[in-house]
Amino acid sequence: MTSKHAVRRFFPAAMVLLASLFGGISLVGASDIEEGKKVAFDRKKGNCLACHMIAGGELPGNIGPPLIAMKARFPDREVLRAQIWDATVKNPNTIMPPFGKHRVLTEKEVDLVTDFIHTL
Amino acid sequence: MKKVMASFAAALLVALPLGSMASPEDDLAEFRDYYAKRFPNTPFEDYINGVYSIDPPSREQWEEIEEFPPYELNISQGEELFNKPFANGKTYADCFDNGGMGIRQNYPYFDTERNEVVTLELAINECRQANGEKPLKWKRGPIADISAYMAYTSRGNIIDIKIPNAEAQKWYDRGKKHFYQKRGQLNMACADCHKFYSGNLIRADKLSPALGHLSHFPVYRSKWGGLGTTHRRYGGCNSQVRAKPFKAQSAEYRALEYFHTYMSNGLEVNGPGARK
Ligand code: HEC
Ligand code: HEC
Repeated sequence: MTSKHAVRRFFPAAMVLLASLFGGISLVGASDIEEGKKVAFDRKKGNCLACHMIAGGELPGNIGPPLIAMKARFPDREVLRAQIWDATVKNPNTIMPPFGKHRVLTEKEVDLVTDFIHTL
Repeated sequence: MKKVMASFAAALLVALPLGSMASPEDDLAEFRDYYAKRFPNTPFEDYINGVYSIDPPSREQWEEIEEFPPYELNISQGEELFNKPFANGKTYADCFDNGGMGIRQNYPYFDTERNEVVTLELAINECRQANGEKPLKWKRGPIADISAYMAYTSRGNIIDIKIPNAEAQKWYDRGKKHFYQKRGQLNMACADCHKFYSGNLIRADKLSPALGHLSHFPVYRSKWGGLGTTHRRYGGCNSQVRAKPFKAQSAEYRALEYFHTYMSNGLEVNGPGARK
Protein backbone atom coordinates (compact mmCIF):
# COMPACT_ATOMS: atom_id res chain seq x y z
CA MET A 1 0.00 0.00 0.00
CA THR A 2 1.45 3.37 -0.99
CA SER A 3 1.06 6.40 1.18
CA LYS A 4 -1.09 8.01 -1.54
CA HIS A 5 -3.67 5.28 -1.11
CA ALA A 6 -3.58 5.68 2.61
CA VAL A 7 -4.41 9.37 2.34
CA ARG A 8 -7.30 8.64 -0.01
CA ARG A 9 -8.72 6.15 2.43
CA PHE A 10 -8.07 8.25 5.47
CA PHE A 11 -9.67 11.45 4.14
CA PRO A 12 -13.32 10.36 3.95
CA ALA A 13 -13.03 8.61 7.28
CA ALA A 14 -11.66 11.81 8.81
CA MET A 15 -14.57 13.78 7.46
CA VAL A 16 -17.04 11.38 9.05
CA LEU A 17 -15.14 11.60 12.31
CA LEU A 18 -15.14 15.41 12.16
CA ALA A 19 -18.83 15.52 11.46
CA SER A 20 -19.63 13.22 14.34
CA LEU A 21 -17.33 15.19 16.63
CA PHE A 22 -19.40 18.31 15.97
CA GLY A 23 -22.45 16.23 16.78
CA GLY A 24 -25.54 18.42 17.25
CA ILE A 25 -24.04 21.39 15.44
CA SER A 26 -25.03 20.87 11.85
CA LEU A 27 -22.57 21.71 9.16
CA VAL A 28 -24.92 24.14 7.46
CA GLY A 29 -23.63 27.38 6.02
CA ALA A 30 -25.21 30.77 6.61
CA SER A 31 -26.27 31.00 2.99
CA ASP A 32 -28.21 27.74 3.28
CA ILE A 33 -30.03 29.14 6.30
CA GLU A 34 -30.92 32.23 4.25
CA GLU A 35 -32.17 29.96 1.44
CA GLY A 36 -34.26 28.00 3.92
CA LYS A 37 -35.76 31.18 5.26
CA LYS A 38 -36.69 32.24 1.75
CA VAL A 39 -38.43 28.93 1.05
CA ALA A 40 -40.22 29.02 4.41
CA PHE A 41 -41.51 32.59 3.88
CA ASP A 42 -42.35 32.29 0.18
CA ARG A 43 -46.15 32.22 -0.20
CA LYS A 44 -45.87 29.81 -3.09
CA LYS A 45 -43.53 27.45 -1.21
CA GLY A 46 -43.62 26.88 2.56
CA ASN A 47 -45.85 29.83 3.39
CA CYS A 48 -45.26 28.85 7.01
CA LEU A 49 -46.21 32.38 8.11
CA ALA A 50 -49.79 31.66 7.08
CA CYS A 51 -50.05 29.68 10.32
CA HIS A 52 -46.93 30.23 12.45
CA MET A 53 -45.25 33.17 14.10
CA ILE A 54 -41.61 33.08 13.00
CA ALA A 55 -38.95 35.63 13.98
CA GLY A 56 -38.28 37.98 11.08
CA GLY A 57 -41.62 37.33 9.37
CA GLU A 58 -44.44 39.87 9.18
CA LEU A 59 -48.21 39.39 9.64
CA PRO A 60 -48.07 35.82 10.84
CA GLY A 61 -51.20 33.74 11.30
CA ASN A 62 -51.92 31.97 14.60
CA ILE A 63 -53.26 28.58 13.56
CA GLY A 64 -50.12 26.72 14.62
CA PRO A 65 -47.82 27.34 17.61
CA PRO A 66 -45.11 30.03 17.36
CA LEU A 67 -41.91 28.47 16.03
CA ILE A 68 -39.54 29.41 18.84
CA ALA A 69 -36.93 27.58 20.92
CA MET A 70 -36.85 24.90 18.25
CA LYS A 71 -33.50 23.36 19.23
CA ALA A 72 -34.74 22.85 22.78
CA ARG A 73 -38.02 21.35 21.64
CA PHE A 74 -36.60 19.39 18.72
CA PRO A 75 -33.10 18.29 19.79
CA ASP A 76 -33.22 15.71 17.02
CA ARG A 77 -33.23 17.42 13.63
CA GLU A 78 -34.82 14.35 12.02
CA VAL A 79 -37.92 14.68 14.20
CA LEU A 80 -38.30 18.27 13.05
CA ARG A 81 -37.79 17.27 9.44
CA ALA A 82 -40.41 14.55 9.76
CA GLN A 83 -42.93 17.09 11.08
CA ILE A 84 -42.37 19.29 8.04
CA TRP A 85 -42.24 16.35 5.61
CA ASP A 86 -45.59 14.92 6.72
CA ALA A 87 -47.39 16.41 9.72
CA THR A 88 -50.22 13.87 9.33
CA VAL A 89 -48.06 11.10 10.80
CA LYS A 90 -48.20 12.71 14.22
CA ASN A 91 -51.72 14.07 13.85
CA PRO A 92 -53.88 12.55 11.10
CA ASN A 93 -56.36 15.46 11.33
CA THR A 94 -53.78 18.21 11.24
CA ILE A 95 -54.44 21.26 9.08
CA MET A 96 -50.69 21.53 8.40
CA PRO A 97 -49.93 20.50 4.80
CA PRO A 98 -47.72 17.43 4.28
CA PHE A 99 -45.05 19.45 2.51
CA GLY A 100 -42.75 16.62 1.51
CA LYS A 101 -45.22 13.82 1.03
CA HIS A 102 -47.42 15.93 -1.25
CA ARG A 103 -44.45 17.42 -3.08
CA VAL A 104 -45.27 20.97 -2.10
CA LEU A 105 -41.53 21.20 -1.42
CA THR A 106 -38.68 19.12 -2.82
CA GLU A 107 -36.39 16.96 -0.61
CA LYS A 108 -33.77 19.69 -0.86
CA GLU A 109 -36.25 22.43 0.06
CA VAL A 110 -37.49 20.45 3.07
CA ASP A 111 -33.86 20.16 4.19
CA LEU A 112 -33.29 23.88 3.77
CA VAL A 113 -36.46 24.76 5.68
CA THR A 114 -35.61 22.28 8.43
CA ASP A 115 -32.17 23.79 8.89
CA PHE A 116 -33.58 27.31 9.01
CA ILE A 117 -36.36 26.37 11.48
CA HIS A 118 -33.79 24.56 13.63
CA THR A 119 -31.91 27.84 14.18
CA LEU A 120 -34.98 29.50 15.74
CA MET B 1 -97.98 -12.33 7.71
CA LYS B 2 -96.65 -11.96 4.22
CA LYS B 3 -98.04 -8.48 4.15
CA VAL B 4 -96.44 -7.66 7.48
CA MET B 5 -93.07 -8.95 6.29
CA ALA B 6 -93.32 -6.92 3.10
CA SER B 7 -94.06 -3.70 4.90
CA PHE B 8 -91.35 -4.50 7.43
CA ALA B 9 -88.89 -4.96 4.59
CA ALA B 10 -90.02 -1.71 3.02
CA ALA B 11 -89.58 0.06 6.34
CA LEU B 12 -86.08 -1.38 6.62
CA LEU B 13 -85.20 -0.16 3.14
CA VAL B 14 -86.23 3.36 4.08
CA ALA B 15 -84.77 3.26 7.54
CA LEU B 16 -81.36 1.80 6.79
CA PRO B 17 -79.85 4.45 4.54
CA LEU B 18 -81.11 7.17 6.86
CA GLY B 19 -80.12 5.35 10.02
CA SER B 20 -76.57 4.61 8.91
CA MET B 21 -75.65 8.31 8.94
CA ALA B 22 -76.17 10.99 11.58
CA SER B 23 -79.45 12.72 10.91
CA PRO B 24 -79.37 16.25 9.52
CA GLU B 25 -81.19 17.43 12.64
CA ASP B 26 -78.41 16.00 14.82
CA ASP B 27 -75.77 17.56 12.57
CA LEU B 28 -77.47 20.92 12.80
CA ALA B 29 -77.63 20.77 16.60
CA GLU B 30 -73.96 19.79 16.78
CA PHE B 31 -72.98 22.57 14.36
CA ARG B 32 -74.76 25.33 16.26
CA ASP B 33 -73.49 24.05 19.56
CA TYR B 34 -69.92 23.97 18.30
CA TYR B 35 -69.92 27.65 17.35
CA ALA B 36 -71.87 28.69 20.45
CA LYS B 37 -69.03 27.24 22.55
CA ARG B 38 -66.29 28.61 20.33
CA PHE B 39 -67.70 32.14 20.20
CA PRO B 40 -69.65 32.63 23.44
CA ASN B 41 -69.98 36.38 22.77
CA THR B 42 -71.68 35.99 19.39
CA PRO B 43 -75.47 35.67 19.48
CA PHE B 44 -76.88 33.06 17.08
CA GLU B 45 -78.66 35.67 14.90
CA ASP B 46 -75.40 37.49 14.33
CA TYR B 47 -73.62 34.76 12.34
CA ILE B 48 -75.23 36.16 9.17
CA ASN B 49 -72.53 38.82 9.34
CA GLY B 50 -69.77 36.34 8.59
CA VAL B 51 -66.33 37.12 9.91
CA TYR B 52 -67.63 40.44 11.29
CA SER B 53 -69.80 38.53 13.76
CA ILE B 54 -66.65 37.41 15.56
CA ASP B 55 -64.32 40.36 14.90
CA PRO B 56 -65.50 43.60 16.51
CA PRO B 57 -62.55 45.72 15.24
CA SER B 58 -63.17 45.01 11.55
CA ARG B 59 -66.92 45.18 12.05
CA GLU B 60 -66.94 48.96 12.53
CA GLN B 61 -65.17 49.48 9.24
CA TRP B 62 -67.57 47.12 7.52
CA GLU B 63 -70.63 48.83 8.96
CA GLU B 64 -69.38 52.07 7.43
CA ILE B 65 -69.07 50.32 4.08
CA GLU B 66 -72.60 48.95 4.41
CA GLU B 67 -73.96 52.50 4.73
CA PHE B 68 -73.18 53.06 1.06
CA PRO B 69 -73.16 49.46 -0.08
CA PRO B 70 -70.97 48.64 -3.07
CA TYR B 71 -73.65 46.24 -4.36
CA GLU B 72 -76.41 48.84 -4.59
CA LEU B 73 -76.02 49.26 -8.33
CA ASN B 74 -76.09 45.47 -8.76
CA ILE B 75 -79.46 45.29 -7.02
CA SER B 76 -81.01 47.89 -9.30
CA GLN B 77 -79.47 46.29 -12.38
CA GLY B 78 -80.79 42.95 -11.15
CA GLU B 79 -84.26 44.39 -10.69
CA GLU B 80 -84.23 45.77 -14.21
CA LEU B 81 -83.10 42.46 -15.68
CA PHE B 82 -85.63 40.58 -13.58
CA ASN B 83 -88.53 42.66 -14.86
CA LYS B 84 -87.47 42.86 -18.50
CA PRO B 85 -89.71 40.53 -20.54
CA PHE B 86 -88.12 37.70 -22.56
CA ALA B 87 -88.64 37.71 -26.36
CA ASN B 88 -91.79 35.63 -25.82
CA GLY B 89 -93.27 38.27 -23.51
CA LYS B 90 -92.93 36.26 -20.31
CA THR B 91 -90.68 37.22 -17.38
CA TYR B 92 -88.71 35.55 -14.60
CA ALA B 93 -91.69 36.16 -12.30
CA ASP B 94 -93.62 33.53 -14.28
CA CYS B 95 -91.09 30.82 -13.36
CA PHE B 96 -91.05 31.23 -9.58
CA ASP B 97 -93.36 30.93 -6.60
CA ASN B 98 -94.68 34.29 -5.44
CA GLY B 99 -93.40 35.93 -8.61
CA GLY B 100 -89.84 35.28 -7.41
CA MET B 101 -90.15 37.75 -4.51
CA GLY B 102 -89.01 36.78 -1.00
CA ILE B 103 -88.10 33.17 -1.83
CA ARG B 104 -84.32 33.07 -1.40
CA GLN B 105 -84.66 31.29 1.97
CA ASN B 106 -85.97 28.15 0.23
CA TYR B 107 -82.94 27.73 -2.05
CA PRO B 108 -81.31 25.41 -2.78
CA TYR B 109 -84.16 22.93 -2.59
CA PHE B 110 -84.42 19.25 -3.41
CA ASP B 111 -86.71 18.64 -6.39
CA THR B 112 -88.38 15.31 -5.61
CA GLU B 113 -89.48 14.78 -9.20
CA ARG B 114 -86.10 15.39 -10.78
CA ASN B 115 -84.25 13.89 -7.83
CA GLU B 116 -81.70 16.64 -7.69
CA VAL B 117 -80.81 19.83 -5.89
CA VAL B 118 -81.85 23.05 -7.59
CA THR B 119 -79.98 26.23 -6.67
CA LEU B 120 -81.34 29.72 -7.27
CA GLU B 121 -78.88 30.34 -10.09
CA LEU B 122 -79.78 27.03 -11.74
CA ALA B 123 -83.47 27.96 -11.56
CA ILE B 124 -82.72 31.39 -13.09
CA ASN B 125 -80.99 29.85 -16.08
CA GLU B 126 -83.57 27.11 -16.46
CA CYS B 127 -86.23 29.80 -16.52
CA ARG B 128 -84.38 31.53 -19.35
CA GLN B 129 -83.99 28.34 -21.34
CA ALA B 130 -87.64 27.35 -20.84
CA ASN B 131 -88.46 30.70 -22.43
CA GLY B 132 -86.12 30.35 -25.38
CA GLU B 133 -83.30 32.52 -24.00
CA LYS B 134 -79.62 31.64 -23.78
CA PRO B 135 -78.31 30.71 -20.31
CA LEU B 136 -76.14 33.27 -18.50
CA LYS B 137 -72.59 32.65 -17.29
CA TRP B 138 -72.70 31.18 -13.77
CA LYS B 139 -70.24 32.98 -11.55
CA ARG B 140 -70.60 36.75 -12.02
CA GLY B 141 -72.33 39.39 -14.11
CA PRO B 142 -76.08 39.43 -14.86
CA ILE B 143 -76.85 36.14 -13.08
CA ALA B 144 -75.29 37.49 -9.88
CA ASP B 145 -77.23 40.76 -10.27
CA ILE B 146 -80.55 38.93 -10.65
CA SER B 147 -79.74 36.61 -7.76
CA ALA B 148 -78.74 39.65 -5.65
CA TYR B 149 -82.06 41.36 -6.36
CA MET B 150 -83.99 38.20 -5.47
CA ALA B 151 -81.99 37.86 -2.23
CA TYR B 152 -82.64 41.51 -1.45
CA THR B 153 -86.41 40.96 -1.68
CA SER B 154 -85.97 38.11 0.82
CA ARG B 155 -84.06 39.98 3.51
CA GLY B 156 -85.30 39.09 6.95
CA ASN B 157 -86.84 35.78 5.86
CA ILE B 158 -85.59 32.73 7.72
CA ILE B 159 -83.45 30.16 5.89
CA ASP B 160 -85.50 26.99 5.70
CA ILE B 161 -83.86 24.15 3.76
CA LYS B 162 -85.68 20.83 3.82
CA ILE B 163 -84.46 17.29 3.33
CA PRO B 164 -87.67 15.67 2.09
CA ASN B 165 -86.62 12.05 1.51
CA ALA B 166 -83.80 9.52 1.41
CA GLU B 167 -82.68 10.64 -2.06
CA ALA B 168 -82.36 14.18 -0.76
CA GLN B 169 -80.30 12.93 2.14
CA LYS B 170 -77.87 11.35 -0.29
CA TRP B 171 -77.21 14.79 -1.74
CA TYR B 172 -76.93 16.20 1.76
CA ASP B 173 -74.44 13.50 2.73
CA ARG B 174 -72.38 14.17 -0.38
CA GLY B 175 -72.21 17.84 0.51
CA LYS B 176 -71.32 17.04 4.10
CA LYS B 177 -68.54 14.77 2.92
CA HIS B 178 -67.13 17.52 0.73
CA PHE B 179 -67.19 19.91 3.66
CA TYR B 180 -65.26 17.63 6.01
CA GLN B 181 -62.91 15.90 3.59
CA LYS B 182 -59.34 17.01 3.18
CA ARG B 183 -58.48 17.82 -0.40
CA GLY B 184 -55.89 19.32 -2.67
CA GLN B 185 -52.13 19.29 -2.54
CA LEU B 186 -52.33 21.26 0.72
CA ASN B 187 -54.68 18.66 2.21
CA MET B 188 -57.22 20.90 3.90
CA ALA B 189 -60.95 20.64 4.42
CA CYS B 190 -63.53 23.43 4.40
CA ALA B 191 -64.13 22.44 8.03
CA ASP B 192 -60.44 22.93 8.91
CA CYS B 193 -60.60 26.61 8.04
CA HIS B 194 -64.26 27.46 8.71
CA LYS B 195 -65.00 25.25 11.70
CA PHE B 196 -61.99 23.96 13.63
CA TYR B 197 -59.86 27.10 13.14
CA SER B 198 -62.64 29.64 12.56
CA GLY B 199 -61.67 32.84 14.33
CA ASN B 200 -57.95 32.13 13.90
CA LEU B 201 -55.76 34.14 11.59
CA ILE B 202 -54.46 32.59 8.40
CA ARG B 203 -51.75 35.11 7.67
CA ALA B 204 -53.67 38.39 8.06
CA ASP B 205 -57.16 36.97 7.33
CA LYS B 206 -59.51 35.98 10.10
CA LEU B 207 -61.34 32.78 9.20
CA SER B 208 -65.12 33.10 9.20
CA PRO B 209 -67.43 30.55 10.81
CA ALA B 210 -69.33 28.36 8.32
CA LEU B 211 -72.48 28.94 10.35
CA GLY B 212 -74.22 31.78 8.51
CA HIS B 213 -71.97 31.55 5.44
CA LEU B 214 -74.87 31.21 3.03
CA SER B 215 -77.09 34.02 4.34
CA HIS B 216 -75.69 36.74 2.14
CA PHE B 217 -74.88 35.36 -1.30
CA PRO B 218 -74.18 36.50 -3.91
CA VAL B 219 -71.51 38.57 -2.25
CA TYR B 220 -69.65 41.72 -3.26
CA ARG B 221 -65.96 41.15 -2.63
CA SER B 222 -63.50 44.00 -2.71
CA LYS B 223 -60.88 41.55 -3.95
CA TRP B 224 -63.11 40.66 -6.93
CA GLY B 225 -64.20 44.25 -7.44
CA GLY B 226 -67.69 42.94 -7.94
CA LEU B 227 -70.35 40.38 -7.14
CA GLY B 228 -69.80 36.64 -7.20
CA THR B 229 -72.07 33.65 -6.70
CA THR B 230 -71.65 30.94 -4.08
CA HIS B 231 -70.01 28.63 -6.57
CA ARG B 232 -67.49 31.28 -7.53
CA ARG B 233 -66.45 31.40 -3.87
CA TYR B 234 -66.34 27.59 -3.65
CA GLY B 235 -64.02 27.47 -6.64
CA GLY B 236 -61.76 30.05 -4.99
CA CYS B 237 -61.57 28.15 -1.70
CA ASN B 238 -60.88 24.86 -3.50
CA SER B 239 -58.10 26.47 -5.56
CA GLN B 240 -56.51 27.98 -2.46
CA VAL B 241 -55.63 24.49 -1.25
CA ARG B 242 -54.48 23.56 -4.77
CA ALA B 243 -57.43 21.27 -5.40
CA LYS B 244 -58.99 21.31 -8.84
CA PRO B 245 -62.20 23.31 -8.50
CA PHE B 246 -65.45 21.69 -9.67
CA LYS B 247 -67.57 23.40 -12.29
CA ALA B 248 -70.13 25.96 -11.11
CA GLN B 249 -73.48 24.19 -10.76
CA SER B 250 -71.87 20.75 -10.89
CA ALA B 251 -73.67 18.15 -8.77
CA GLU B 252 -70.74 18.32 -6.34
CA TYR B 253 -71.14 22.06 -5.65
CA ARG B 254 -74.93 21.87 -5.57
CA ALA B 255 -74.65 19.10 -2.96
CA LEU B 256 -72.15 21.21 -0.99
CA GLU B 257 -74.43 24.24 -1.15
CA TYR B 258 -77.37 22.10 0.00
CA PHE B 259 -75.53 20.87 3.11
CA HIS B 260 -73.85 24.23 3.74
CA THR B 261 -77.15 26.17 3.55
CA TYR B 262 -78.98 23.60 5.67
CA MET B 263 -76.38 24.30 8.37
CA SER B 264 -77.58 27.94 8.37
CA ASN B 265 -81.26 27.04 8.83
CA GLY B 266 -82.98 29.36 11.28
CA LEU B 267 -80.87 32.40 10.32
CA GLU B 268 -82.08 35.40 8.35
CA VAL B 269 -81.34 36.03 4.71
CA ASN B 270 -79.34 39.29 4.45
CA GLY B 271 -77.99 39.09 0.94
CA PRO B 272 -76.37 40.45 -0.99
CA GLY B 273 -73.45 41.03 1.34
CA ALA B 274 -70.15 42.88 1.19
CA ARG B 275 -66.86 41.36 2.23
CA LYS B 276 -63.14 42.10 1.96
C1 HEC C 1 -52.30 25.69 7.44
C2 HEC C 1 -51.57 25.78 8.65
C3 HEC C 1 -50.11 25.44 8.74
C4 HEC C 1 -49.09 25.68 7.85
C5 HEC C 1 -49.17 26.35 6.49
C6 HEC C 1 -47.89 25.21 8.47
N1 HEC C 1 -48.18 24.68 9.69
FE1 HEC C 1 -46.85 23.88 11.02
N2 HEC C 1 -48.36 23.43 12.29
C7 HEC C 1 -49.67 23.77 12.12
C8 HEC C 1 -50.42 23.30 13.28
C9 HEC C 1 -51.92 23.48 13.50
C10 HEC C 1 -49.51 22.67 14.15
C11 HEC C 1 -49.81 22.03 15.53
C12 HEC C 1 -49.76 20.54 15.46
C13 HEC C 1 -50.90 19.94 14.68
O1 HEC C 1 -52.05 20.38 14.82
O2 HEC C 1 -50.66 19.03 13.89
C14 HEC C 1 -48.22 22.77 13.49
C15 HEC C 1 -47.05 22.27 14.03
C16 HEC C 1 -45.79 22.52 13.53
C17 HEC C 1 -44.55 22.14 14.16
C18 HEC C 1 -44.44 21.46 15.50
C19 HEC C 1 -44.41 22.53 16.52
C20 HEC C 1 -44.40 22.05 17.92
O3 HEC C 1 -44.20 22.89 18.79
O4 HEC C 1 -44.64 20.87 18.16
C21 HEC C 1 -43.54 22.57 13.36
C22 HEC C 1 -42.06 22.42 13.61
C23 HEC C 1 -44.12 23.18 12.21
N3 HEC C 1 -45.49 23.15 12.34
C24 HEC C 1 -43.42 23.73 11.17
C25 HEC C 1 -43.98 24.26 10.02
C26 HEC C 1 -43.22 24.72 8.88
C27 HEC C 1 -41.73 24.74 8.79
C28 HEC C 1 -44.12 25.13 7.94
C29 HEC C 1 -43.89 25.64 6.55
C30 HEC C 1 -42.99 24.94 5.71
C31 HEC C 1 -45.44 24.95 8.52
N4 HEC C 1 -45.32 24.42 9.77
C32 HEC C 1 -46.64 25.29 7.88
C33 HEC C 1 -50.22 24.43 11.05
C34 HEC C 1 -49.51 24.80 9.91
C1 HEC D 1 -56.96 27.45 3.57
C2 HEC D 1 -58.11 27.88 4.26
C3 HEC D 1 -59.46 27.73 3.63
C4 HEC D 1 -60.06 26.59 3.20
C5 HEC D 1 -59.52 25.16 3.23
C6 HEC D 1 -61.37 26.98 2.75
N1 HEC D 1 -61.54 28.33 2.88
FE1 HEC D 1 -63.25 29.38 2.58
N2 HEC D 1 -62.28 31.12 3.02
C7 HEC D 1 -60.98 31.21 3.45
C8 HEC D 1 -60.65 32.60 3.68
C9 HEC D 1 -59.29 33.12 4.16
C10 HEC D 1 -61.81 33.34 3.37
C11 HEC D 1 -62.00 34.88 3.47
C12 HEC D 1 -62.21 35.26 4.90
C13 HEC D 1 -63.47 34.67 5.46
O1 HEC D 1 -64.57 35.19 5.24
O2 HEC D 1 -63.38 33.59 6.08
C14 HEC D 1 -62.83 32.37 2.99
C15 HEC D 1 -64.14 32.70 2.65
C16 HEC D 1 -65.14 31.78 2.39
C17 HEC D 1 -66.52 32.12 2.16
C18 HEC D 1 -67.11 33.52 2.14
C19 HEC D 1 -67.56 33.93 3.50
C20 HEC D 1 -68.39 35.17 3.46
O3 HEC D 1 -68.82 35.60 4.54
O4 HEC D 1 -68.71 35.70 2.40
C21 HEC D 1 -67.18 30.94 1.95
C22 HEC D 1 -68.66 30.78 1.67
C23 HEC D 1 -66.20 29.88 2.04
N3 HEC D 1 -64.97 30.42 2.33
C24 HEC D 1 -66.48 28.53 1.89
C25 HEC D 1 -65.52 27.52 1.87
C26 HEC D 1 -65.79 26.15 1.50
C27 HEC D 1 -67.15 25.60 1.15
C28 HEC D 1 -64.61 25.49 1.53
C29 HEC D 1 -64.29 24.09 1.10
C30 HEC D 1 -64.64 23.73 -0.23
C31 HEC D 1 -63.61 26.42 1.99
N4 HEC D 1 -64.19 27.66 2.16
C32 HEC D 1 -62.29 26.11 2.22
C33 HEC D 1 -60.11 30.16 3.66
C34 HEC D 1 -60.38 28.83 3.39
